[in-house]
Order: sequence, then structure tokens, then C-alpha cells
Amino acid sequence: MIGELQQLEKDALAELATATLEEQLLAVRAKYLGRKGLLTGLLRNIAGLTGEEKALFGKRCNEVKEYLTSKIEDALKLQLGRKKEDILLKGKIDVTLPGRFVPCGRIHPVIQVRREICAIFASFGFSVVEGPEVELDYYNFEALNIPKDHPARDMQDTFYIEENVVLRTHTSPVQIRIMEKVQPPVRILSPGRVYRPDSDISHTPMFHQMEGLLVDRGVSFADLKGILTSFLKKVFGDKTTLRFRPSFFPFTEPSAEVDIRCVMCSGRGCRVCGQSGWLEILGSGMVDPAVFQNVGYDPEEYTGFAFGLGLERIAMLKYGISDIRLFFENDIRFLRQF
Amino acid sequence: MLVSLKWLKDYVDVDLTAPELAESLTMAGLEVDEIKLIKPPFTGVVTAAILSVRPHPSADKLSLCEVTDGLQTYPIVCGAKNIQAGNIVPLARVGATIPGGYTIKSSVLRGEKSDGMLCSEAELEVGDGAAGIMQLPPDTALGKPLEEILDLGDTVFDVGITPNRADCLSMIGIAREVAAITGKKIKIKAYDIRESAEDINTITSVKIIDADFCPRYTARMIKDVKVGPTPVWMKTRLEAVGLRSINNVVDVTNFVMLEMGQPLHSFDFRFLEEDRIVVRKSKQDEEFISLDGKSRKLDADTLLICDGVKPVAIGGIMGGLNSEVKDDTSVVLLESAYFNPSAIRRSARKLAMSTDAAFRFERGIDPEGVLGALNRAATLIANLSGGSICKNYIDEYPVKVPAATDIPLRLSRINAIIGMSIKSEDVVKILQSIGMNIRETEEGKYLVTPPTYRVDISREVDLIEEVARLYGYDRVPVTLPSVSVAEMVTIPRLELEERIRCLLTGNGYNEVVNYSFITPLSIDYLCLKENDERRRLVHIKNPLVEDQSVMRTTMVFGLIDTLKKNANNGCIHLKLFEMGRTFLARGEGKLPEERNILAGLLSGTSGEDLWNSKRNVDFYDLKGCIANMFFDLKIDNCQYRSGNPETFLHPGKSCNIFLNDSKIGYLGELHPDVQDKMDLKINSYVFEIDLDMLAAHNAGGITYKEISKYPAVTRDVAFVIGTDVETDYLLDIVLRQKEDLLENVVIFDIYTGKGLAEETKSLGLRFSYRAPDKTLTDVEVNYVHEKIVRNTIQLTGAKVRGE
Repeated sequence: MIGELQQLEKDALAELATATLEEQLLAVRAKYLGRKGLLTGLLRNIAGLTGEEKALFGKRCNEVKEYLTSKIEDALKLQLGRKKEDILLKGKIDVTLPGRFVPCGRIHPVIQVRREICAIFASFGFSVVEGPEVELDYYNFEALNIPKDHPARDMQDTFYIEENVVLRTHTSPVQIRIMEKVQPPVRILSPGRVYRPDSDISHTPMFHQMEGLLVDRGVSFADLKGILTSFLKKVFGDKTTLRFRPSFFPFTEPSAEVDIRCVMCSGRGCRVCGQSGWLEILGSGMVDPAVFQNVGYDPEEYTGFAFGLGLERIAMLKYGISDIRLFFENDIRFLRQF
Repeated sequence: MLVSLKWLKDYVDVDLTAPELAESLTMAGLEVDEIKLIKPPFTGVVTAAILSVRPHPSADKLSLCEVTDGLQTYPIVCGAKNIQAGNIVPLARVGATIPGGYTIKSSVLRGEKSDGMLCSEAELEVGDGAAGIMQLPPDTALGKPLEEILDLGDTVFDVGITPNRADCLSMIGIAREVAAITGKKIKIKAYDIRESAEDINTITSVKIIDADFCPRYTARMIKDVKVGPTPVWMKTRLEAVGLRSINNVVDVTNFVMLEMGQPLHSFDFRFLEEDRIVVRKSKQDEEFISLDGKSRKLDADTLLICDGVKPVAIGGIMGGLNSEVKDDTSVVLLESAYFNPSAIRRSARKLAMSTDAAFRFERGIDPEGVLGALNRAATLIANLSGGSICKNYIDEYPVKVPAATDIPLRLSRINAIIGMSIKSEDVVKILQSIGMNIRETEEGKYLVTPPTYRVDISREVDLIEEVARLYGYDRVPVTLPSVSVAEMVTIPRLELEERIRCLLTGNGYNEVVNYSFITPLSIDYLCLKENDERRRLVHIKNPLVEDQSVMRTTMVFGLIDTLKKNANNGCIHLKLFEMGRTFLARGEGKLPEERNILAGLLSGTSGEDLWNSKRNVDFYDLKGCIANMFFDLKIDNCQYRSGNPETFLHPGKSCNIFLNDSKIGYLGELHPDVQDKMDLKINSYVFEIDLDMLAAHNAGGITYKEISKYPAVTRDVAFVIGTDVETDYLLDIVLRQKEDLLENVVIFDIYTGKGLAEETKSLGLRFSYRAPDKTLTDVEVNYVHEKIVRNTIQLTGAKVRGE
């Protein structure tokens, strides 16, 4: 009897293994486990067994029944799942078609550079300040220690509105306007548009400058080197090599031009750096005592440094742009690359 | 300024290579922009001796020579007649290149082997002699490169001299710097002035009328001058630094200017009427023909050098055609003067004459170097032209040019400014190396007198800079300042701009930066009314081009122009914005009003490149974007009021934007007439918003409102009203009833046409009702809703559709 039961279990499992459709599974269940099924049939034949044998056989039959029942249930669930998936797959879409979207716009590359630099100096505690773009000769030149009829005026060609009104040639006049209003400590950054009559592949009559100023007690040229070194390493990377070289600006003394190792050729010499291996990045220096006197600061008590850089130049180096005029042509194919 | 290395070496020994010297100068503040090599026009030409000359067996005009360079003997076939055994000549050996692109090869001429070529001066471009082979002195060493023997070739540095370093505008000036950097001594050859017996004071005189413009004027006279070509040694030096040789008088004045930094002028004395010099300012409209042949009308403040009758030079700028040195000049009056720097600069600017002389005078020459240069030039002229220098010189020096002396300097101040400890002996050494006289008066305190050529040094800080630059910026440590804590100040408008920038780019708008100057025609292109404030243009006196000659009074013109430029490249579907300033004139002597403006432009179709959402953009695309921006800025009380806001906008598709009853901007479709005028045919919409006004508006903070747990109940109503009634009017009446349960109203449908009377439209509104504390019953909702609808009908004359 036990042998027959084992045979039945084996047969049932074999049939189950080949059944795939729901009807086939239901048929297997009816054939073996149904009320008139084969297992019930076997149970009917237990009359000839002893009590002990009956109990054992009955227990084994139940085990087989439970086992087969769960097997069939599992197979039915699986089958149901497949059926649902088949239905869903009929609604298959082409996922490779592009999505529906509003193409996002881009921020102008010069403004991106301005944001980046402002953020770096904000971390040093510099506040952004502003001033007029049409400026008095006094603020643009005289207060910055650039008298009339002085050759230093040649350093910056100027657009004139009236004899004493100019388009500012740099954002430095803002430092005068601020220092006239506040007492040290001063830590300011003045980004903005500036104007010089010049137009070629590396000059546009309008461009952006960023001027920084720090005034306090005990500020030194070594501090200037420190701040500008940190700044340039943040913009151009930790491995950037810098050099500070003597120069002249009427409103700073000592003055320094700051160069970085050419980012294109790493100093071997190329077209971008004019074979020198160095790129001029910014002008800087200790604020000239004459400037402090013009705004009523005591140069014996306070010292400070100022620096200025062209944002287009930084953007050109960062993005590999060779013609500055592109920034103001606003060709959408240019703008969308940033 | 161009600096010839060969010339420089006349005054200082240079052990450095050219790149090393360039680096040293650059790091001392004299930036070398470029190093140029001047090479001889040939290679491989050496000195050689002719051992024998015999006739060519089969050619009458040729000779066969045996030539040696000291190591080897070469057979050379030569056609020249001026050669004989013992001559020292230039030999172009096999492989040599000579001007004209020729490379010398071994060849056979009429059966005779020739291993090289003997050259003439002309063939090597080292002189004019073309008739025969160039002859070198008999004691010339053999086998030497010819360029070495003739001293050809040079290295030229292009040095950028900053405006403060007037003292470096000469070879000796640069040599002084080189000496200071390298620890060498300056070498200047002494010379004697040989004077004739005739005293200059018996022949001529100098009278300075305007001493403020001309504090010092010195002169010498050279007689029996023979004007002629300049010797090669001077010519090559002048040519190396870009000057063309003229004659042995004019070249000397240029040479000494470049050597010593003192501009000089030579007059042909026979043209000086009354035999004298008068220095005075010009009279208004006085006319004068300068050396360049141009006739110039002068204003009243130009310094003139005159004779007894007429002007003969514009002082410090350029000589006159009427007194220039000519081929037959025999008496030269030589001028060496100190002119007032500002006066020269003003005149040079006004006359647009930026001459080498003016460049130096306006930066300030050495007032005490005037005489030295005069003597040097007189001696050179006499030497080169065979003339004789008259006895004595004239030195009119009515106004002493102030010179800085005994400038106090503190070691403590040096170290405070530089930010490190420099030793006292280093300071003394550095300042002495550049010719400063320094005395220590007590420990760490000095009095310093700079040499008279250092006109840039008058203050302690000027000396500190000298110490810093020669000590070396690279030796200054890198420190971070220990500064006082100070509050950061922010400009609210800039924060606003950042938010707007993020929002607009998120909405697909690209930021542009247009020039702040535009064409004066812009206001006409935009059809601005006669009394429009944007006609108050700020004009640039010296624009580069007429199209950029006024400051913009509106940003929209630049955006339209940007659209046009892009359209020319085939891009017409644009979303652009710019943030910048406009400028409104406020009258003479006043700075213009500068406003911060946001402007935008939308054109073409939206979703142009997309397969699933292409359509023409319209008013509501732009308005939606602006409204979304205000939502982001927490500004919820903006109003869009119709009524033809701008002459350049479509009257039916434009509106003003109001905030708290102030106009802050406008938006709308570009007027077809403006499109025509600007030759555009693109569906386009523009807006401008005043950022200062927006920033001044206090948007207020955020207060959280409890979210109701109870469901909302909606009711839809379609109102039929006249087509000219604006939706805002209807909504305003609905909302003005201030029913607490009314949560919001949205427009879900707009319909005109079939089923409606002419000139009417149906406006479908969906009312949403909700209580914060309970679920509303139908009765409660209906009570409020019917009241609102009833009131709305009563107040607007609208009908409910279908009733």
C-alpha cells in the first residue's frame, strides 16, 4: 500500500511538472486530490490493514495530500502571475523615445565664473558691493591716485560722457565709494561691467571685472599672497603654481602681477601663454597711502590690499575659449554649452 | 621698449643667458614680453685666406683659387677680379646658406672642382660692395664664423616699462637694473670734450619765456659738420631696436636718447632767424609744420621752441620742417632740455603725437642728466661728422626741478608692509644697489636720497616697494590675514537675482549679456513717444562705432537684436533673459540714473526639437513663466493690467505688471510695426521688470497654514459675460466676497461660439469649498455657493450658462 502511495505521489509530481496552463493544473488536482480522485481511492482500500498500519498509512496519505496541494497551489499562483504580466506586456512602450521636458536654460559663462569667485571670497568673509557704471572722473581716476595728465592714464583708454564723467574703466572706484562710507575693517568684492575703447580677439569695449579690497590693522603683502594663493588654487586646482611679480598700479604700492603656470601647456610654452609658460591672471598690491588719505583713513593705522581680475579671461582659460567677443554675441549655440 | 643685448653689454657685463636675463628682469618688475633673435642672413660662412690664384684653363672670366680656413684647403672657382694670394675673405663652405635662399654645394665648373664660394658684401647683405669679393683685415683669424668677426646678430628684449619707471626708458637705465639684480657694476666710458676756440655765447642765445613749461634748456653748437651715413656699429644698434638710420647727426640724437633717456633735437642753425632760441607757449591757432610734413593748428598752451621770429619745434614733441638737419647742413644747434611732464602730455594728447621724445618727457626725465646727454651727443656728432664743438654751452635753468631728498624710512614699517623680517643690512644693500644714498640715523631708521633719475620715488612707501621687489616677491612668505570679525553685508537685489536666475534657467531661459551701449536709433526702432523718459539718452563722446554710441535706456532692444543675430544663424526659437542696467540721463554734470532691470524674450515655437509638444509660443507662455517666478519669490499680489503699455508692443496682447499699485514692468507681443522696422518676422514676446522695485518689495516671511483633514467639495459654474470683460474682473468680484469656506476658484474652461450670443463668452469656474474642522454637508456648501453666484451675477451682469 505504501508503495502504491509512493507511486501516486511520483506520478502526480511528474504530471504537475508538465502542466503549464491553468486547466491542466486544475485537472491534475482533480485527478489526484479530488473527491473521486486517486488518493481518495487508495484510502478506500485500507480495510485490510491492521489498526497500527491504518494509522501509519492514513498519516502518510495526509502528508502526501498536503504536499501535493501546496505544490499545485504554488504552480497556480505562478501561472496567474504570468498571465497578468502577459497582459501588461501588450502595453509595452518604446522607452528609447526622448522624454517630454522643458529644456533648461543656461547661465551665461561669465556670470557662472562670477558666482564661483564670489562664493570663494564669501568663504573668506568678503561682501559683494556695487557702484555706478557711469562714473565721475574723480572716483575712476583721481581718488585712485591717477591724476589728470598722468601717463598712468594711458594704462586704460577711456570712454567719455562729459569731461568729468566716464564709463568706469575698472570696478576700483567702488572701493573709494565704500571706504568713504565705512570705517575698517573692510572686506569687499565688487564685480561688474567695465568699459574701455578696444575691440579685437582679446578685447571687447565692455567686459567684466572683479575687484577685491581688504583693509584692517596689520594687513601685509604676505597676507595678500596668502589670500590670492588660496583663491587661485580653488579656481584652478590645488596643484596650480603661482608667481607674484613686481608691477605698477597707481593705487597700490608695492604692486604685484599674479601669474599662474599655463593651464594649457603646464609651463612648456604654447600659443595661449605666448610661449612664456605663464598666464597673467590678476593685478594686486598694497593699497597706496595716497588712496587712504583720499578717503580719510590713517595709513599709519590701517593697511590693506586690493586686487582685480577680468572675469572673461578666467572664463576663457577655464572653458578654452579663444575669442572674447563670443561672450557678447550671445549665439545660442555658444550659450547652451555652459 | 626694445632692448638690444649687444647694446646693453656696452654698459654692464651680462653672464646670464637671454632667457635667464628675461626672467630676472621680469621678476624685478620689468616685464619681458618677448625675446627676439636677430640672425645674420647667412650661415656657414667663415674667414679664410687665399693661398693661390691661377686662371681657369677653359674659362677666361674665372679663376681657380686655393683657399684655407686654417684647417683644410679648398679648391674654389671664382669669377671676381679683386682677389690675390694673401687676401682674407669670407668663404661660404659646402652646406653654407647665403641670402636669396641659396645653399652652397660642391660642384664642377667647366671641368674644375669647386668646394665653396667666396662672397661679396652684397651677396652676404653686410654692405653695399658688389664689385668684388669682400676683403677682411689681414690680421683676421682664420676659420671664424663671419658673423662673429663682423659682430652681426643680436638678441632683442621687448620690455614693458610701467609708467612709473621713466628711468628705465634707456639702455643705461636697463643696465642699471641689470647691475642691481646681478650685483655687477655699471661701466660708462669717460670721454673728453674737445672744444674749439669759438664761444657759443658769441653766436647764439636762449631765452625762456615760459619757465613753468620749460624749467631747463641747454644747448651746444657743432660747426663744420659733414652730414653723411652713420657707421655700422651705431646703425646696427639703432636698427636692432627698430629705428631707421637717417644720417650721422639725427642718428646721434636718437642714439643718445636711447642710450641715456634724454630726448635731444638738432637744428640746422642757418635756418634760425636772428640766430637765437626763444622758448614760449603758442598763441591760439598758431600754425606750424612739423617734421612729418603735417601742418598743425595749435591751441594756446603748446610749448614752442622758436627762433627770433617763428616757431622751429614743438617743444618735447617734434621738430619743425623749417629747421631740420639736411644733407648740406654744416652748423648744428643741439638742444637738450627738461620740459614739464604734464604740459608735454597734454599737448601730445591734443595733437595726437605720441613720439619717442614726448613719451619720455611726459614720464619725467632726469633733470640733472640734461647736460650729460648734451655733451655726449655733441661729442658723438663731432666725432662722426668731423665737426668741431664750440666752446662752452648754454644752460638756462630758471626753475629748479624739485627732487626728493632725505626721505625718512623705517625698518619696522618695511617689515609691517611686507609681512616678514628683513635685516637692516639687506635693506641698506638693496637701496644702495640702485644708487640710493642711505643713512641710518638711529637703529632701524634711515634717511634716503634717491638718484635724480628716480623721479618716481618721493615717499617711504616708494622705497618699501623697491626693497620688496629687489628682495624678491617669491621670498615673501604666504600667510593668511588675522583680521577682525566683521558682519557680511548683502545686497537684497543680488539675492533676488540669483533666485530669478535659477528659476528662469529652470524654465528654459538662457542668460545673455548684451553690451550696455546701443544705437541711438533704438528709441526710434521702438517707436518711443516724444516725452518717453527712455529718450533721455546718455551719449558717449568717443564711441568705437555709431551702433554703440549711447547707453541703453531699455534692455529690450538688446534682446531683439540678439534674436535677430541668432535668426541669421537659423535659430529663431529662443528663450532669453538678461539682468543688467539701463541708464537715463539726468542732465549735464549729473551722473545718469542707473536702474537694474530684468528683461526676457520668448520667440518661435516651443518644443521645436521635440517629437511630442511642438506649437507656437504665445502670451500665456511668457506670462505663466513670470507668474511662476513671482510664486517662487513669494510675491502673490502682482497684477497684470491691460491697456496698451508700450508703443512697441501689440496693443491687444500686452499688459503692465503692477505690484502694490506701482508699475514694475510690462510684457507682451512685439508690435508688428516694430518687427517690420527691425526686419524681423518671428513670433516674439518680451518683458521687462524693474529689479530695484521688486527687491524693495518686502515679500514677507512664510507662515504655515494647517492642512485640512476634511474633504473639499467642488461646484462648477459657467458664467456668460461680454467678451470684453476680463477674467480678473470676474474673479475679483468672486473673491471680494471673502467667504471663508471658499478655498479657491480656478478657470477650467473658456468658450465662445455656437450656442452663445454674439460678443459673449462662457467662463467656466470651478469653486472648491472646504472647512478646516469638519466635513461640509451639501446644504452648507449650497448655501454659500448660491450666495456667491447670486452676488456675482448681480455685480457683473453675467448670466449662468444654461439658465
